[in-house]
Parts: sequence; structure tokens; C-alpha cells
Amino acid sequence: MTADPHPAPSQNDAAIATRGVTRDFKAGQRNITVLHGIDLDIRAGELTYLVGESGSGKTTLISIMCGILWPTEGKVEVFGTDIYALSDTELVEFRLQNIGFIFQQYNLIPSIDAASNAAVPLIAQGMPRLEARERAIAMMEKLNIGDQIDKLPSQLSGGQQQRVAIARALVHEPRLVVCDEPTAALDAGSGRRVMDLLRQVAVAEDRACIIVTHDNRVFDLADRILVLEDGEITHDGTEMPEDH
Amino acid sequence: MLWIAIRMLTGDKQKFYGLVFGIAFSTLLITQQLTIFVNLIERGASGVYNVPSADVWVMDEVSRTTDVNFPMPSTALDKVRAVPGVEWAVPHLRAGASVRTSNGDLEGVSVIGVDDATLIGLPRRMAQGSTDVLSTPDSVIIDDVGTTRMFENGQSPIGERLELNDQRAVIRGVADAVPSFTSQVTLYTKYSRALNYVPGTRNRMSFVLAGASDGIAPEALTQAIEEQTGLRARTRDQFAQDGVDFIIQNTGIPLNFGITVLLGFIVGVAIVGLTFSLFIRDNVKQFGALKAIGVTNRKIRGMVASQAGLVGLIGYGLGVIGTVLFIWGFSSNPTFKGFYIPWQVPLISLAAVALILLFTGWLALRNVLKTEPAAVFR
Repeated sequence: MTADPHPAPSQNDAAIATRGVTRDFKAGQRNITVLHGIDLDIRAGELTYLVGESGSGKTTLISIMCGILWPTEGKVEVFGTDIYALSDTELVEFRLQNIGFIFQQYNLIPSIDAASNAAVPLIAQGMPRLEARERAIAMMEKLNIGDQIDKLPSQLSGGQQQRVAIARALVHEPRLVVCDEPTAALDAGSGRRVMDLLRQVAVAEDRACIIVTHDNRVFDLADRILVLEDGEITHDGTEMPEDH
Repeated sequence: MLWIAIRMLTGDKQKFYGLVFGIAFSTLLITQQLTIFVNLIERGASGVYNVPSADVWVMDEVSRTTDVNFPMPSTALDKVRAVPGVEWAVPHLRAGASVRTSNGDLEGVSVIGVDDATLIGLPRRMAQGSTDVLSTPDSVIIDDVGTTRMFENGQSPIGERLELNDQRAVIRGVADAVPSFTSQVTLYTKYSRALNYVPGTRNRMSFVLAGASDGIAPEALTQAIEEQTGLRARTRDQFAQDGVDFIIQNTGIPLNFGITVLLGFIVGVAIVGLTFSLFIRDNVKQFGALKAIGVTNRKIRGMVASQAGLVGLIGYGLGVIGTVLFIWGFSSNPTFKGFYIPWQVPLISLAAVALILLFTGWLALRNVLKTEPAAVFR
């Protein structure tokens, strides 16, 4: 008797469970497989790094895990919900309620102030704007940018903009936080401060936090490091393998 | 989310003003050109509008408008008067003549002969003097457009002597009249005097103007007149419409104005479409982020619609205000005398603006909806 190559997701402790996740892209006439049957369990309460070279498939994997890119094959459960079994509208609503995003380029709306930017997920959930803003201001104070609430993104430094983006990702208290290359544009000191901050505010018992990075200056801050190479997980541990 | 959409739009001032300008310019062009078109073709009916007391115009059966007419024998007047239901009937003469002014200029004019006794055929209001002046020998009344054309620098025409078809005429009053389609100078005088001023064929009477007895509908009266006299009879409204239709059918005006209105529409689509596309392109990352966060396509559609709606509202308002200012600003110019904005014109422009925004908004929205949320990670 052979073992099932894609065992059912663990129902007890996995915040995210992927089984047999494959993703193909068309490049002209060619079909390129970027992910090759990824099986993975991400636990809550941990700061998980997804590490890999450019083109290794980490952005594709994280996009699939947070419900914004359909896998060609396979199954993804986020906190027990098979997200790709949901209808389009249900999936969008699921993201809105359960996932916080921190984008590499922040993607703040340039014409609204920092507090309103941070309040966007709450406003999208239908909360009255002023109430949402109050909640966002409280979150910004937690992130030590309470004095920047009325400033437009263009009036903030890169680090401050990133904190606004973090506030936006956390303001609606999501159960999964996804963070794309948060230290890519920062020097070593700033990068570590951002990671420390994320560890303080984003990691919680009931929340999973995944960070995509290839910044080896902050690898020591992870609870778990997953290395992705050519669309396959080649390492899963608390430290980076020595050959990297 | 609508608040965010509006702030996204107004935050990019350059594009916001570009969009508003595009809509305003388009609205102005469409509204202003349609207004001028409508008013201009209505000038084809000015001869009828200037005689409000006539219920029915009777003419030779080949006559088509006040200016395109074939004279009738004077017996036609008696025939019309004999028709039951006719309260009154008076002769009316309209003909062309040449005038040599005191400073030697030559001007082509229209001479209108009104009924000697009742003066029916004169415009309702006088700008200067009274209608009684026609009792004075050789007197004529000039229309106010003629005043500005023949007498420059605000010179008063009253008392001015003219050589009208080789005969003496003295201007003793100014009528407040709707200008004709060609804005030709018009001189009003008594019918009997007009016959002398405008020599011609044996038959000289252009029209018979008739009033309907109480309780007789003008439409019924025209039918009765036609049946009993063999002449052509038109109600006031019918004959006014004949004048308008004649302009539409015999000039290139509808085509020319139609082209300008179409250009206004195309310019609107081009400016607004281009600017809207640029605006969306510049914000596509933000829209992508919103979609990733969990903003539904329905809400995104609402955001783009509210942006288009705001631009449309402001641009349309400015365009219509611009047209009103244009009409008001030129109201003292004889060419634009009496111009007004028919209520249908702003509605047509509104529909055009709505079409522009629907089309350009749809194009812009397509880009947003096509944007994959996953693009924000690239």
C-alpha cells in the first residue's frame, strides 16, 4: 500500500493547508509549471518566512495561499475553509474578513491621508468612515505613527508609509497576514526594526503571518523558514540551510 | 468606498480638471451649437411670429413661406372675408426693395405693407415711437436689427430720409421685431403706401391675414377657407413650422450644425476617454490592492461610476452655465436677438454627456476589472 501523496489537511493546528498545489502559466505556446504539487501546513502563532530566489514561485504560492490567484490543481484551506471552493463573491468577502496584506510597494492611495488609508479594509467592510478612521488611528498609535494620521502618503517617509501599510493590514484584525518583501527597500537596521514590529503586532496565537523575503539579514527573526526552489519546497526548518 | 473614489479623483488635480474641462467643453459645444441651430431655424418663422394677431395666413397655393410667396389678386381678400367663421381679414404685402441711405449706402430691404386701417401686420411692440406714425406721409417703421445695420455708432434713425426704390421714405419709428433668417433690414409701412414703394406685377397682395370668429378653431377655418376660395390657408403654428421646415430642407444648416455637435461629442469622448484612461492607469495598482484586500467588483464599479458621475455633474453644469453666459453675453447683438435655450437642448446635452461618460467609464472600468488582484505582488 502506497502513501497518499497529498494527505488531507490537518484540521487541528494548521492555519493554512495546501495540498498538491500546482500552477501553470502560458508563455506563448509553452506551458510553464511554476509550482509542482506543494503540500504545506502553516501554523498560527508563528512568523513564517517564505524564501527563494526570483522566479522560484514564492509570489505565486503566496498569491494562491491568500486567495488571489487560482491554482491549476490542488486545494487550499485557510482556517478550515476550502477557499477555492467558494464563489467569487464569497472568496472576496473571505479575504476582506480574514486576510491582511502588506505589499512591497505599499500601494497606499495617494490622495487620502494616512489614517484613511489605514481604515480602508474597515470602510470596505461597511463601517462608517469616521468610526473606521478612529479604529485606524488607534492602530497607528500602536505602531508609533499616531502623529502622522493627517499626512498624505507623499508627506511620509518610506518607513512611515510601511507602517501605515502594516496598520491597514491589521486594522480589521485578520487571521492571516501576508507580507511581500517588507524589507526590500530598507537598510539593514530599518529592515530589522520592521521585522521586530511585525513580530510584535502581527504574530498572535490565533493569527498566521507569512512573509515573503529573500533578505538574509533578517532570517534569524523567523520562527520557521520555508525555502522554495523551482516551484518545490526544498527546506522547512527554523533556520536557513547552510548551503544558502 | 465612494468617498475614497471621489478623493482618488479629486486628489489628482491635473486629471480631474482635464476631465471636467473635457465634459464642460463638450457640453458647451453641444448645447451652444444646438441652441444657435434651433434659434436660427426658428428665424424661418419670424415673419409669422411678428404678426401674433393673425390666426390664419391665406396665400396662393404655391406660396410656401412668408418670404417665398406668389402674389394674389386683390379679389382674394373679398373671397376670404366671405367665408363663414372669418372674423376679419386684411391684406398683407411682403416684397424686396433697395434703399439708398443718406450717406449713399445701398441696402437690400424687405418692405412689409400692413393693413391701412387696423395696422394688423405690425410687430406687437415698438422699440421707439408709436404705430400712429404710419399716418404721417411717406413714413416707414424700421425694425431694430435694421437700425443697427443701417445706422452705425448708435445714431438714431428717427427722422432719417431714405430713397426707397426711387421714392422718398422717412423713418419715424423702430419696431421691436424678431429678426428674419437673413437679418435683412425690414421696413413696415401701410399697405397702400407699400404698393407704391414696391412696383411689380398686376397681382401684389402676398397674403391675407385672417382672424377666426369666437368658437371657431383656426384649423377648421383653414379648411373652410381652402374649400371655399381655392387658396392655401395655414394656421399660425402651421405656417411658422412651414418656415422652419423650408430652412431645414433648403439649406445646409442642419448638416453643418449636426457636424459641429458630432465634433463636440467626439472631442468629449477623446478628451474624457484619454484622461480617464490615464487616471485609471495611474491608479491601477491602488485598484488592484483594493481588489486584493477584498473590495468587490460591484463596489469598484460603483467607485468608477461615482467618479464619472461627479465629473459629469460638474462638467455638465459648467458647460450649461457657459452656454447661458454666451447667450446672455451676446443678447445685445442683433444677430442673437431673442435667442433662448429651449428646454430640450440641455436634456439632449445631458444625454450626450451621459453617453460619453458611459462609454469612457466602461473603457476605463474594463482595465480595472481586468486587473488581477495578484498583480499587486508583481
